[in-house]
Amino acid sequence: MHDRKSRWISAAFQVLAVVTALLFTTAVMLLVKAQPLEAYKNILIGSFGSVTKISDVLVAWVPLLLAASGLLVTFAAGLWNIGIEGQITLGAIFATGMLRLLQDSALPPELIILLGFVAGAAGGMLWAGLVGLLKIYGGVNEIFGGLGMNFVSTALTIWLIFGPWKRPGVGSMSGTEPFDPSLWLPMLPGLRLSPWSLVIAIAAILIVFLLLQGTHFGLRLKAVGRNGRAAFLMGVPTARYMFLAFILCGLFAGLAGSVQVLAVYHRLIPSISSGYGFLGLMIAMLVNYQALWVAPVALFFAALNIGSIQLPIVLKLDSTLSGVLQGALVLFVLVMDGVRRRFTQKR
Amino acid sequence: MNETLLIGLAGILAAAAPVVFAVVGETITERAGIINLSLNGTILLSAMTGFTVAVSTQSLVLGFLAGALVGALVAAVVAALSITLKQSQVAVGFVLALMCRDLAYFLGNPVMGMSGPRVPSLPIPGLADIPVLGVIFFRHDILTYLSFILIAVAYLYVFKTRPGLMLQGIGERPAAAYVRGANVNRMRYLYTILGGAIIGMAGPMYSLSVKAGWKGTISGLDGIGWIALSITIFGGWSPLRAAFGAYLFAFLQWLGLVLQPQLPNVPSQVLQVAPFPLMILTLLLVNIGNAEWVDRTLAGLPEETRRLLARLLRAMRTSPPASLGVPFESD
Repeated sequence: MHDRKSRWISAAFQVLAVVTALLFTTAVMLLVKAQPLEAYKNILIGSFGSVTKISDVLVAWVPLLLAASGLLVTFAAGLWNIGIEGQITLGAIFATGMLRLLQDSALPPELIILLGFVAGAAGGMLWAGLVGLLKIYGGVNEIFGGLGMNFVSTALTIWLIFGPWKRPGVGSMSGTEPFDPSLWLPMLPGLRLSPWSLVIAIAAILIVFLLLQGTHFGLRLKAVGRNGRAAFLMGVPTARYMFLAFILCGLFAGLAGSVQVLAVYHRLIPSISSGYGFLGLMIAMLVNYQALWVAPVALFFAALNIGSIQLPIVLKLDSTLSGVLQGALVLFVLVMDGVRRRFTQKR
Repeated sequence: MNETLLIGLAGILAAAAPVVFAVVGETITERAGIINLSLNGTILLSAMTGFTVAVSTQSLVLGFLAGALVGALVAAVVAALSITLKQSQVAVGFVLALMCRDLAYFLGNPVMGMSGPRVPSLPIPGLADIPVLGVIFFRHDILTYLSFILIAVAYLYVFKTRPGLMLQGIGERPAAAYVRGANVNRMRYLYTILGGAIIGMAGPMYSLSVKAGWKGTISGLDGIGWIALSITIFGGWSPLRAAFGAYLFAFLQWLGLVLQPQLPNVPSQVLQVAPFPLMILTLLLVNIGNAEWVDRTLAGLPEETRRLLARLLRAMRTSPPASLGVPFESD
């Protein structure tokens, strides 16, 4: 009975958080004399107004879901894997490298695409593993190690695009030479969406959900995250579990990068990670690190991103409005969580 | 010494000035036990706000005040959420880092590309004419001079004054400071907001001086806050060492530009980020002494090698304030 009441209170505060975030974003728009209702309407039409738009939202949903899935694992172990942007980028670089290596070979294209994914996953795991080693054996906090690795991965991408992998003639910010369509992940007719990437992303969140909810590994991982010292004394090899958490997150991040290359851009571009890693961190925070809510919240974030693309053209507003709303949501959820705790503690 | 080198060195000091403000502000905040992870957003938002205010009021002073105010406000949110509402400092700071960045781009849209006022150069009469030193140190604008003063004042305050000692205390052993009569959480609020105001000065220093103007996403400021955070760690929570880190970073970036003609095959963007692998390496070096396995390995070595290595590690090693990121409860 008591439990049900506190759940209602908790839900009420979450609704309050969403309302406050919307009010805040509306106030921000009024500050630049924009018309908030027009803007919200435009975002809605821009994200769900047609089959093409919906398919574009799903295209953005895939890397977000993959990133957030991986981050649930590192968060479970109490780790802030801010280096996920770099891990996505390395996945994209490795996938591109594999395709470039094999594109003129006699291998069947399906196999080359598959090997591209394998290479991408390996790239993500490599970059995450390095952050893990720095953290576990070097004493370098994963936030600062990860940030540094993010910058290095960006430099690596740009060097490859303008150096060894540059287009015939001169390298440009538009990226490397696009791959032959036979090496693209098959897409639905007339859309940019590949059903295969949807399958990969949904499988990822299901695997993580089961891993964290129903396995011994997940239980021990959470023990490491809650109280590393106690877990260690209970005989959990904490260092190995933390390292494994990084590797798993790197795997999903690497797959996200591979999808961007194999199914979306069909080449390596300078900002291939598109900030999806950082958005994934926000999603994980917003759902309070619970796997159940990741898919719908990631879909909502993807819709905001896609829906705001046409704001500059239609309403002369900057498309970063979506980022303001996303940030405000997480911020006010944190605020309301704190207020609720103070409120319920006093009783 | 040749003229290009002198001007280059002077340029490094000027380019590093905003970073110096950011790292000193963050050092003071973290000394008090609070991590303000919002730097990247704070700097962008204060740069945009400072520029907008300066353009509309034609007053540079108001522009800088606005920047500092933005920094203080964002820091106040970090303090309120982490101290009073007991949320994770890292989570709050990270969200603000992203949200303030997007706010800056969104709200800055109307003033994008406008021409605005710029802080004038202020050579110091007499001193500016000293050979060599005059060119390097005394032909800057007032902000670069202020950055020199800030380093000295922050260093003296933290290490040589009584309140500074108390500041170290609330970050290291808040319980002990509390027993000695310090209102730990109120002081943490105070230093976080003060540190935030100093960080907020970095924004207008870019948009009104070092990279004058507001050009939205291509302003070239995105990422600087994350760099400043890394430099704060590199600086081992000492204003002096943090400032050294800021200058080292500016020097390496300048070196990249100078070396560019000699390395035509390397794109300039790569040389721009060349300091980062170096940064990670130094982070590793200053932190590795804290790792447990190092002690164990050292214990197994012959006495003389062990002593030499241990001394080397201790010289490089830095440890964060013991209660950094740890909430304080008085009861």
